[in-house]
Formats: sequence, structure tokens, C-alpha cells
Amino acid sequence: MSQSYDRGTIEDFGRWREFTAGMWAWIFHKFSGWVLIGYLFTHIAVLSTATQSGAMYTETIRGLESLVAVRVLEVGLLAVAVFHILNGVRLLFVDLGVGLEAQDKSFYASLVVSAAIVVASVPTFLAGAF
Amino acid sequence: MSTEVTEKETEAQTETEAESGESAHQSRRMEQKRQQASQRDLEEEARTEIDEAEQTIEVKVFRFDPEVAGKEEPRFDTFHVPFFKGMTVLDALIYARDHYDSSLTFRHSCRQAICGSDALFVNGRQRLGCKTQIADLEDHLNSTIRIEPLPHQEVVKDLVVDMEHFYDQMEAVEPFFDADELPDGDLEEQRQDRENREKIKMSTRCIWCGACMSSCNIAAGDNEYLGPAAINKAYRFAMDEREGEDRKQQRLNIIEQEHGVWRCQTQFSCTEVCPKDIPLTEHIQELKRESVKNNLKFW
Ligand code: SF4
Ligand code: FES
Repeated sequence: MSQSYDRGTIEDFGRWREFTAGMWAWIFHKFSGWVLIGYLFTHIAVLSTATQSGAMYTETIRGLESLVAVRVLEVGLLAVAVFHILNGVRLLFVDLGVGLEAQDKSFYASLVVSAAIVVASVPTFLAGAF
Repeated sequence: MSTEVTEKETEAQTETEAESGESAHQSRRMEQKRQQASQRDLEEEARTEIDEAEQTIEVKVFRFDPEVAGKEEPRFDTFHVPFFKGMTVLDALIYARDHYDSSLTFRHSCRQAICGSDALFVNGRQRLGCKTQIADLEDHLNSTIRIEPLPHQEVVKDLVVDMEHFYDQMEAVEPFFDADELPDGDLEEQRQDRENREKIKMSTRCIWCGACMSSCNIAAGDNEYLGPAAINKAYRFAMDEREGEDRKQQRLNIIEQEHGVWRCQTQFSCTEVCPKDIPLTEHIQELKRESVKNNLKFW
């Protein structure tokens, strides 16, 4: 063999239309996990204003809550957290070897339930934001 | 005198050589012509068959040949093939090779999903060419069927990939039966429980096609990961009650290592593509539990 051809990683992602349920579940789980970690850091940053003074903390929170962008991001945060939790439970069952044949259905179910919860939360999160 | 004879002899020799050279050249040309004629006949035959066929299909095949000038760049060739009931992807490839391009290269042997040599990437999914009915492929009559070599393996030529690494991983789990005790009598069978046989039944079906390994993203990113097929092999032996405790422990040591079972992130890709329907993810998960049990002892 004088030479061979390696198709590389880029092509892998180009095939996203061919991904299966388990693959999407994996991608969404990683993605939501990273978003949650990112959120934890900002959360700590906001909390730490309380070390200055109680008033400053209240001010920061009030300032953030008055921003429409933050309210919308909160909806996104809920979406990410709910999906991560539900898929985490799904993975727990997978680890225990329970319902492996229904792994794709349980992924779709987590998506549907997450969507329902997020839609239901919109009035609460966005009340008075506009 | 003697010189004359030698000279004459040499002359005669050169003449014969020239003649034989000439005739060799001629016969080569004849052979080439014969080949071209038969190629033309075959293509003609294909045309008639296509005209007569009720339905035809279009296959787009990945081509790559590093050894032929002008073909080093990967490309796709499209072939039109008459469709018949029960036609498989492998049939279509064989037709294309025999009628259009004899250099089209792919592996196959048994044609009955046993040898595992024709795992291909058909319409974006790892499948056995001989097991995949064209009619089962969605929209096969209106769209082109895309046939590519297995992803994540280096391509040697056209649809042929280098399987070396896959075999290495398979061998890494010591895939052979190694019982503690051998039966006394020469002809005595090595009995296994009915339940135990049931437990490992599916795992014994692996035909080493490599489809699972090719579908696994984790294996693609981590060259040392044993991969689903090898772990399934390990499962087949680790769960066999006829192997002793020590042997099982050794097997667990192999699969527990950093690039063993713990790399699996349950994407289920392997389970979905395995042409022998082996529940690979289930086996991997069971070995994970087995290894936890093996390491966590509170008593
Ligand atoms: S486990 Fe299935 S997909 Fe993997 S090599 Fe064996 S038969 Fe092929
Ligand atoms: S030709 Fe043997 S498995 Fe397909």
C-alpha cells in the first residue's frame, strides 16, 4: 500500500443529518452539560457580590432581571437544565441495563417533556419583561 | 570459419528474438483488443438489459486509487444498473464491476452475511452489502444510492479499507476459549449450562465485519479504545462459566483499563448498525457493572 486516504473529522460533522437518536442524545447532553458549567461560574460571580454588601447583591440581581436578554436566557437555561436532568435519568437506566431497547424513545420523551416544561415556564419568566 | 558460424548463429538468434518480440507485442495487442471487445459487449449487454429492465437504479460509488495516475484524487462514479427483485447492494456493485469498470474494487465472499467482508457505508449507514436489499433502502428508485468505504478506517482502494487496527483491537482481548479444566475423556464435550449458553448466545454471532467500530465516534477519536466488537468478544468469554475465576479476573483486567469499557458513552451507534443484531451497548454496560462489582467490595 503506497498511500491511503483518511476522510477526517470534518466529514463526520458534515453527516449530521445521518445521526441517530443515541448520537443526538449524546451531543445534547454534552452541550447542556457545558452550558450548565458555564452558568455555574456566572452564578458564583453574581453571588459573590453579596460579599461586598447586601445592597450591592440586590442591585446586581435587580439590574440583571430588568434586562430582557437575561429573561430570555433564563428560559434557555431552564431548557438546558431540564433536558440534562431528564437525559441523565435516561442514562442512569441505560447504565443499569433497564429499557435499553427503548433508548431512542426515552430520548424523544425527554425532548418532548423538556419542551412542554419550557413552554409552560415562559409566562413566569417573561412576566413584566416587555 | 568458426567465427562465421557464430556470427551467423547470432544473426539468426537476433532475428528470432525480434520475431518473438514482435509476436509477443502482437499477441498483447490482440489480447487488449479482445478485452476491449468483450468490455464493449458487456456494456452493450448492460444497455440492452437496462432498456429491457422495468426499473433501473443509480449507484454512486466512492473511487480512489493511489497507484494509478489521475485517480489519486477521491471521487464518485455513477453507474446505472438494472434492478431486479431481491437485488442487494453487493449485486449492484458486482454488476457495475462486471459490466462497466473491471477495476472497481470491493471485498466480498460468502454473500450470506457470514464472512463479514463486505461491510460498507451505504446511504450514510454501515451495512453489509450482501444483506442490504436495494428495495429496503428508502426511495431507492428515485434517488441515487451512495456507496462508500467504512468511515474512520483508512481507504486502501475504492471501497476497501485497512482493517489492521480493528483486528489488533480484537486480538487485544485474547479472543479464545481458555477453560480451567479439560474433560477427562478424549471425545468428551465441554458442557455448558443452557442458561449460560443463552446468556452469551448473541455475543457469539460476531462476524468481525467492523461495522460497529466504524460507527463509533469514541473509537474514531480514541485510537486505543478497544471498541464495541472487541468488548463484545471479551464479554463472550468473560461470561462463559466454563472459564475459571482467575481467567475471568484477567479478562476483567483487560476490559477495565482506561481505554476499555469506560470509554463507551452509550451512543448506541454500534448496536444500531450491527448486522447480526448483537446488543453491543447492553453487553458493554453489563461489563461496566461487572467491573464495578469486581472493584467495590465493602466486606
Ligand atoms: S459486533 Fe456486529 S458490527 Fe461489530 S464486528 Fe461483530 S458483527 Fe460486525
Ligand atoms: S459477502 Fe460475506 S458477509 Fe457479505
